[in-house]
Amino acid sequence: MAKVTIDGRTIEVPDGTTILQAARMIGPEVAPPTMCYYSKLKTSGGYCRTCLVEVTKGSEKDPRPMPKLVASCRTNVMDGMEVGNITSPKVIEARKGVVEFLLLNHPLDCPICDQAGECHLQDLSYEHGSSKTRTDFERRTFEKIDIGDKIQLHMTRCILCYRCVKVANQITDGRVHGVINRGDHSEISTYVEQAVDNDFSGNVIDVCPVGALTDKTFRFKSRVWFTKPVTAHRNCEKCSGKVNLWYKGEEVLRVTGRKDQWGEVEEFICNTCRFDKKSTSDWTIEGPTTISRHSVISANHYEVFKKPTEFKLNEVKPLTIQEGDKS
Amino acid sequence: MGRKILLAHDHVPGIQSYEVYRKHGGYNSVEKAIKTMTPEAVVEEVKKSGLRGRGGAGFPTGMKWSFLAKPEGVPRYLVCNADESEPGTFKDRYLMSRIPHTLVEGMITSSYALGVNAAYIYIRGEYFYIVSILEKAIEEAYANGWLGKNILGSGYHLDLYVHVGAGAYICGEETALLESLEGKRGNPRIKPPFPAIAGLYGCPTVVNNVETLAAVSFIVNEGGDEYAKIGIGKSAGTKLISASGHINKPGVYEIEMGISVEDFINSEEYCGGMLNGKKLKAVVAGGSSVPILPADKILHLANGEKRLMSYESLADGGFGGGTMLGSGGFIVMDEDTSIVENLFTFARFYHHESCGQCSPCREGTAWMEKILHKMIDGHATLSDIDLLWEIQAKIEGNTICPLGDAAAWPVASAIRHFRSEFEEYVNNPKSVKKVIRMAL
Repeated sequence: MAKVTIDGRTIEVPDGTTILQAARMIGPEVAPPTMCYYSKLKTSGGYCRTCLVEVTKGSEKDPRPMPKLVASCRTNVMDGMEVGNITSPKVIEARKGVVEFLLLNHPLDCPICDQAGECHLQDLSYEHGSSKTRTDFERRTFEKIDIGDKIQLHMTRCILCYRCVKVANQITDGRVHGVINRGDHSEISTYVEQAVDNDFSGNVIDVCPVGALTDKTFRFKSRVWFTKPVTAHRNCEKCSGKVNLWYKGEEVLRVTGRKDQWGEVEEFICNTCRFDKKSTSDWTIEGPTTISRHSVISANHYEVFKKPTEFKLNEVKPLTIQEGDKS
Repeated sequence: MGRKILLAHDHVPGIQSYEVYRKHGGYNSVEKAIKTMTPEAVVEEVKKSGLRGRGGAGFPTGMKWSFLAKPEGVPRYLVCNADESEPGTFKDRYLMSRIPHTLVEGMITSSYALGVNAAYIYIRGEYFYIVSILEKAIEEAYANGWLGKNILGSGYHLDLYVHVGAGAYICGEETALLESLEGKRGNPRIKPPFPAIAGLYGCPTVVNNVETLAAVSFIVNEGGDEYAKIGIGKSAGTKLISASGHINKPGVYEIEMGISVEDFINSEEYCGGMLNGKKLKAVVAGGSSVPILPADKILHLANGEKRLMSYESLADGGFGGGTMLGSGGFIVMDEDTSIVENLFTFARFYHHESCGQCSPCREGTAWMEKILHKMIDGHATLSDIDLLWEIQAKIEGNTICPLGDAAAWPVASAIRHFRSEFEEYVNNPKSVKKVIRMAL
């Protein structure tokens, strides 16, 4: 067992736990944000650098601080370790930098992006980013690519977290999905635009933190915050069959895996459940889904606003022009 | 004349061939090590010698070797990093193409010390013509019983392979090199684990530079203490310096560490003074990644003493006022050189070579290049200089591998020491003198 203190809060965890896992055990207040780490995928993490933390005391045995900020998702705790996350100005500064780098080539097309509302990059930039951009260069763009008939890849939005690559390597059989090119020309691609064709390929949509990989059966159907999620299951031969259904009125608009408070799916689901079972009669409904943490949907960000049609005439104040303003 | 160790027989005609090399004392270290020493004793000599990694970081080699995990029944590997890609560095090329056997000999002795039965030379793709030279040398070593099964009747066996990279700077980073050697995309691994624990094919591995391994022969022959006497303080031994830029005699020189920078530039034995008698403006002392220093700072320390060619002296003053010995790529710039244009060349290089795994390096290197490009085109504003500074600060130390640092340091040092020149590019883009690009 190792005792670790993160932002002044101490917890005892088994050896071999990462700083990030320990922080998540303490609670969301001290858990560093992650864009590439995914606890269900082996060797994920370390790429995006949003979870950087400062180790102010290495361990009880060797109390020297670590010279650089470390990726908390890939660094194991030591007994007596002290870590600064949101209490470290260095971390806050570095994280701000990372957000800026991630957004540098991101199109910021949230108004037309299906991921908006449940996008990790959106959350991250609200919480850790700056409100203005300092670049006036043309952003990197790519043509949209269809990976099979159900998934669309829009590389322009990709932040190269490698999660989908790990899914393709670890959950689906046959490695047909990877990264080509180098540096800021890198792109996620299938070899010769081959279709990703197997029963679990749809999970790349769930793991994508941004709107780069989207469900073609759901594209442009609705904003996510207008849909109502319910928890449901069915007997499935291929997967656990435990899903969330997203309703708009009576219609099931999409099916996704159940996500935990860190935005990670609890269990990967198969393509049959995801793409083919879109009527209520296919499912046993368990009840409404509570969505936790800083999701736009759960925070009811949009419910406080009234649609223009809901305004009553006498509520609207006409614009008045002062005498002196006429020019 | 400074003492020569690696290039002692460089002038001998035909030294590339086995016969001539052997006649001049070649492979004596293998004989001595295998016949009279235990592997531990060899490691001990290397530790005593104070030899430090010549690839750039300057980590003590003996200590690196002692970190090598030695679990039962698991093979260990020695990998020679011959992916010399740092702009301004070409010493390994010189050594391997002129005296290939010196590397082969050093690798056999080192492999014996580490208990390695398979060793690799990972050479960069652009050095394709050296591959045949090395392969010929290895063939000759096999033919004469220095490689293969039962070397010198000791029961020790070793196989040595040459692996050609595809020409990526990033593959000089040791974990990216191992990935590439395994046949994968050359992306740096996330550390820990370090290669000494889990390296090539997940087995304990030592990765050393060409020059480091070549120096082991001398240490075994003459003893670690003898090697430690050469040089100055903790910078023991000799170092190959790749001198380039605006000097009369660019080339590879073996120096005894501790000679002054001024002597190195001006003496007839080495650089032979500035080209066309121009004035010295700045020096990049250890390959493109290390901080650039203006003439007064590179020649003298803050206390007025002469700066010496050694790990410690070059680093004196920290990052604000010092630099690094690095890989020994000594780039000299005269008064006509444009620091901004030169920096742009470097920035373009790092942008091109970034592997794209982690976000600060992937996006930041490209951003810096774009801003510098804008500056050279005369469209930049003063705030762009501050922006450059902030970008490099946010890359440095926050990336998976040292490429991010390598891209950030030149930018930081150029702005720190030559800010007025950047301002000139902003204020008077038309009149700015950008005649001579750096002559690499």
